[in-house]
Amino acid sequence: MSMRLQKQNGEWISRDKPVRFSFEGKEYTGFEGDTITSALLAAGVKVLGRSFKYHRPRGVLSFANHDINVMVTDGKDTNIRGDVVALENGMQLQAVNTDGGVIKDKNSYIDKISPLLPVGFYYKAFHKPLFLFPFWEKLIRKSAGLGIVNFNFPRINKRKLNAHCDLLIIGAGPSGLAAALAAASNGLEVTLVDENQQIGGSLSYDHAGSDANRKLLGELLNKVNQTPNITVRKGAYAAGYYADHMVPVVEAGGITRVRAKAVIVATGVFEQPPVFRNNDLPGVMLGSAAQRLISRFAVKPFNKGVVVTANSQGYRVALDLLTAGAKVAALVDFRADGPRDPLAAELVRQGVKIHAGHCVYEVVPSADKLGVKAVVICPFDDSNNVVDTARSITVECDGVTMSAGWAPAAALLYQSGIGMDYDNTIQQFVPSRLPKGIFAAGRVNGVFSLENRVADGARAAAEVLRFLGKSAPEVAVGKHQGVSPSHAYPIVPHPKGKNFVDFDEDIQVKDFINAAQEGFDNIELMKRFTTVGMGPSQGKHSNMNAIRILARIRALPVEKIGTTTARPFFHPTPFGHLGGRSFHSHRLTGIHAWHEAANASFVDVGAWSRPAYYQKDGLGKQQLVQQEVMAVRQAAGIIDGGTLGKVEVCGPDAALFLERFYTGRYADQKVGESRYVLLLDDSGVIVDDGIASRLADELFYVTISTSNAAAVYREMQRWLQIWQLNVGLVNVTGVYGLINVAGPKSRDILQPLVALDLSNEAFPMGSARVTNIFGVPVRLVRVGFVAELAYEIHMPSAYALPMWKALMEAGANHGLRAFGTDAQRLLRLELGHHMPGYDTDGLTNPFEVGAESALHMDKPFFIGQRSLQIIAKKVLTKQLVPFTLAAGFSGEMPMDCNLVMENDKITGRVTSIAYSPSLRRVIGLAYVAPTQQALGTEFQIRTDNGSLVTATVVATPFNA
Amino acid sequence: MKLLNCPMNGLRPLGEFVFGGEHREMPDVATCTDQEWAAYVHYRDNAPGIKKEWWYHSPSGTWFIAERNTMTDEVLNTYLFGKGPKSDQAQEPAL
Repeated sequence: MSMRLQKQNGEWISRDKPVRFSFEGKEYTGFEGDTITSALLAAGVKVLGRSFKYHRPRGVLSFANHDINVMVTDGKDTNIRGDVVALENGMQLQAVNTDGGVIKDKNSYIDKISPLLPVGFYYKAFHKPLFLFPFWEKLIRKSAGLGIVNFNFPRINKRKLNAHCDLLIIGAGPSGLAAALAAASNGLEVTLVDENQQIGGSLSYDHAGSDANRKLLGELLNKVNQTPNITVRKGAYAAGYYADHMVPVVEAGGITRVRAKAVIVATGVFEQPPVFRNNDLPGVMLGSAAQRLISRFAVKPFNKGVVVTANSQGYRVALDLLTAGAKVAALVDFRADGPRDPLAAELVRQGVKIHAGHCVYEVVPSADKLGVKAVVICPFDDSNNVVDTARSITVECDGVTMSAGWAPAAALLYQSGIGMDYDNTIQQFVPSRLPKGIFAAGRVNGVFSLENRVADGARAAAEVLRFLGKSAPEVAVGKHQGVSPSHAYPIVPHPKGKNFVDFDEDIQVKDFINAAQEGFDNIELMKRFTTVGMGPSQGKHSNMNAIRILARIRALPVEKIGTTTARPFFHPTPFGHLGGRSFHSHRLTGIHAWHEAANASFVDVGAWSRPAYYQKDGLGKQQLVQQEVMAVRQAAGIIDGGTLGKVEVCGPDAALFLERFYTGRYADQKVGESRYVLLLDDSGVIVDDGIASRLADELFYVTISTSNAAAVYREMQRWLQIWQLNVGLVNVTGVYGLINVAGPKSRDILQPLVALDLSNEAFPMGSARVTNIFGVPVRLVRVGFVAELAYEIHMPSAYALPMWKALMEAGANHGLRAFGTDAQRLLRLELGHHMPGYDTDGLTNPFEVGAESALHMDKPFFIGQRSLQIIAKKVLTKQLVPFTLAAGFSGEMPMDCNLVMENDKITGRVTSIAYSPSLRRVIGLAYVAPTQQALGTEFQIRTDNGSLVTATVVATPFNA
Repeated sequence: MKLLNCPMNGLRPLGEFVFGGEHREMPDVATCTDQEWAAYVHYRDNAPGIKKEWWYHSPSGTWFIAERNTMTDEVLNTYLFGKGPKSDQAQEPAL
C-alpha cells in the first residue's frame, strides 16, 4: 500500500522524475530526491533490515544516520546507509546481515535464544579449551559484522581540495543560518556546511501543524541566497576537527580541507529514544524521524499511531501526524504534568486522548513479528521509575513515535578540546569552556526555543567578529524557560527485557546492570564491555541513555559519570576520500636509464633508487655480487655514487665551521687535499662520515652518506645559525653526479683521459683536483673506501650519463665492470671499513669502533667532544673487531646481527659478515667484549639455528 | 593540520616543518662539570609547559625557535635563533 502523501509544501522529492530500483529482489519506484529508506517506506515496505546480534527485524529509527537499522548493499558496497543515501535508477539492493532475506532471515532464531547470549558471553565462553578457540573464532567472525566485505571493491580515488574562509559554520539550521547572515553582513567570508541534501535543519520538518517555520526558513534562505559572501555546501558533513581550525568536509565527490579563522558549531542535537520493551519493532520510530518522513519526503509513517513522549516534542509530532492524515490513537506522556503543554489543548480538540503520567510498557508485535499490533500503556511514576502494570490499557496501532529528549551533536566540539557541564534545567551536556576561535550555537549549546536559537546564532557571530578583531554589539540570548526538553530518565523497566538502548549493537537495559555487577561500572569500561556506542553510529542514539542508566545504577548525578570521547570521523568516511594517490616519490640519478638497460636489481636507499647488483641470465644474486667484487679486485669496477649527499661549504669561516662540525682538523688542510670527516651528536654517538675536499681556500666540498644527506645538511644549517659564522652552505646533492672507478686498473683507465699526473707520488690517496675529462669540468678525488686505488669523479649531473658511457668504453679493454651497492658493501668490508648506521647503532661511540685517529681532541670544540671527554674516562664495554671464520668453513653460516657468546653470556653481535671471494674465506665485523678483542682471540657466534661457530679476531686489511 | 609561523615565510601548514627537539642552552664546555654536561645532553624534564623548540621549515631550509605551550599545543612566538625576545640574546655557546 502506498504511503506517499500528497505534495507537501517544501518537499525534497521531484515527482516528475521517477526512479526505479529493487530491494530484496522486488521492483519499486521512488522519486528523484528520495533516499533509499523514504522510497521503500513510501512503497509500504516496513522491514528494512535485521539487527546486528539478535537478527531482529528493523525499520526506521532516526531516519537521520544516527542509527544503522537500514544498512543495505548493492553487491559492491556493503555499507550503504539507506536513511540518507540518495536513491538512484537501477539500484539493486539487499539488506545486509541476513541469511535468506530480510523477511525470512534464518538467523532470527538467535532472538529466541538471546537469554543464552548475554553481553560478555563471547569473552567468557570460548577461551577454554584453548584448542577449540580457532573453531569458535571462525564461527563468531562469520556471524559478527554487518554484511560481507567485498575484497574486489574497486579503488576509487576521490579528489582532495583545500578551501579557506573567515568563518566556517557547521549546521545550517536556524542558529547556523542566523549566524551566517550576521557574520556575512559584517564582511566575513562564510562557509556554511550541512550534511543534509537541503539546508534548514529542523525548520524543514518540525512544524507542529503550523506554517510558521516554513515561512521563517523561506525568509532565511532568501537572504542567504542574496548574500554573495556565504558559500553553502549541502550534502557535506564536517568529518572532524583538527588543529588550528582545519575541518575536512566530506561530499560525495571528495573531501575538502576547510581552513577557517573561526568555527561556529551549530550541529544541533540527536533525538534520543525512550527505552521500553520492543521499542525496536519496525514501525516504532523517533518523533523527528516521522516528521522528516512527512515534510521532506511526503511519506506517511503509519496509518494509526501512538505518540510516546517525555517532553513537549511529542505534542508537535502528534500535530504533524494529524496534519499528514495519520490517526493518533493516543499520546502517552511520561510526565504527570505533561498536558500543561500549550499544544495539548489543540490535540484534545482534535480528539487525541492524552495519557499523562503513563508510559508505554511494551509494544505488542503483529502475528508475523514484523510490525506493531498494539501498545500496552501503564501508569508510570517517572521520578521514581515505577510502572503500575496492574492498570494497563492496550491500544491498537500500526506505529509508534518516540520523543524523550536530545543529546548534543558535540563530536567536533569535543575534538577541539571543549569542556562540557551538565545543565540540569535542560538535562543536557552544554559547552562550558571553548578553545580559542571555536563557538557553539543553538541546541548543541543548550538553547532550545526557536527565538533563542536564532538569537544564539547572531550572538555567536558577534563573538566571532570580536575574536577576529572587529567590533560587534553584544547579543542577548534569553534563558531557557519552562520544562526541560529532555527527560532525565526515559527508561521503562521490563522483566522480559528487549528494551533497547543501543540499536546498532542490540544492547538492552539488563546488559548495563549485568556489566555493572561484573565491575564494569565506569563509563569507559562499560562501553567496552557492553559495546554500547561502539557500533557504526558510534553512540549517536545510545550514549546519552547509557550514561543515564549508569548514573542510576551507581546513584550518581549524570555529570559525575562523564562522557566518552567522540573521535573523527563524524560518520564513517570511505577510504577513497582518505587514501592518497599511491604516489611514492623517489630520486633517480642521471645514470638510472643505463642501470635499467643493464638489468640492475634496484634497492631503495633513503629517497634514492640504487642498483644493488646487475642481473645476468642464469646466475644467482650471490654469484653476481661475487663476480662484481672480483672485477674490482682484479681489474676495475665502476659504481654510480650520484646519490651521495654533497654540500659546498664556502666562505672565510668554512674551515672553522668544519672544525666545529666534524671531529677532524681542517684549518691546516691544503687546497687539493681531501680528508675524512666524522660527525657525532651531542652525546658522542657516531652519526655519519664522508670526505671533505678543499677545492679553494674558502671552498670545501663535503660528501655525506646517501641516507643521511638531508638530516646532516639540516644539522649543518642549524649549527651555522647558532654559530653565526661567515659561511655559505649549498646543498649540491642533485647538482653533481658522482662516478667511482675503483680497482687496480682504474688508474690505467683514467690516466689517458686527464691532463693530471695520477701517479701515487703526484696524486696520492687524499688528493682532490678540479680538472677535465672528455672536456667536462670534474672534481677528481682519490679515495680508498672500496679499493686501494679508486677515484671519485664528480661532475654536473647532466654529464653523468655520457661520462659513464664514455668511461665504460674507455675501460672496456681493462675489464671494467659496473657494480652495485651489494658488492660495494662487501668490498669495503674486505678493507675493514665500518659503515655508520650499518656497523654502528644509536649508541656507538668512536672509541668502540677504533676511530680514535679521526678525533682531534685538542681542538677547542667539536660536536660531541665534551661527551667524548667523559666517555674516555670510562671503561669500554664493547669493541668492534674484524674477524674471520676458519678457512674452508662450511657449517651454518652466521648472519648479520647474530650474537657473540662467551659461555652463556651475550657479549656482542655480528654487524657485517660475508664470504669474500678474493680472500676465499668468511670475514666480518663484530662487537665483542673488551676481553675478546686481542688479535688471535677466538670467540663464538650463535647462528640462527642455535649452533655455535668459532671466529678469530684478526687485523685489517683482511688477509687470505 | 596545525599551522606554524615561519619567521621567514609566514604561516605554513605543519607538514612543511621538521621538529628539531627542545632548545636548551649549552653549558660552557670549558668550565662545566661532567654532570652538568650529561644533564644538558640527556636530561629532559618532560614537564608540560612553555618550551623553546627548534623547528625547521623544510622547503626554505629555515631553522627557527618556537615557544610552545606543550600542555595546550599553543605556539606563542616564533623567531630566528638569537633574534628573539631579550632573554634569548645571550645563548650562543661559549666556545
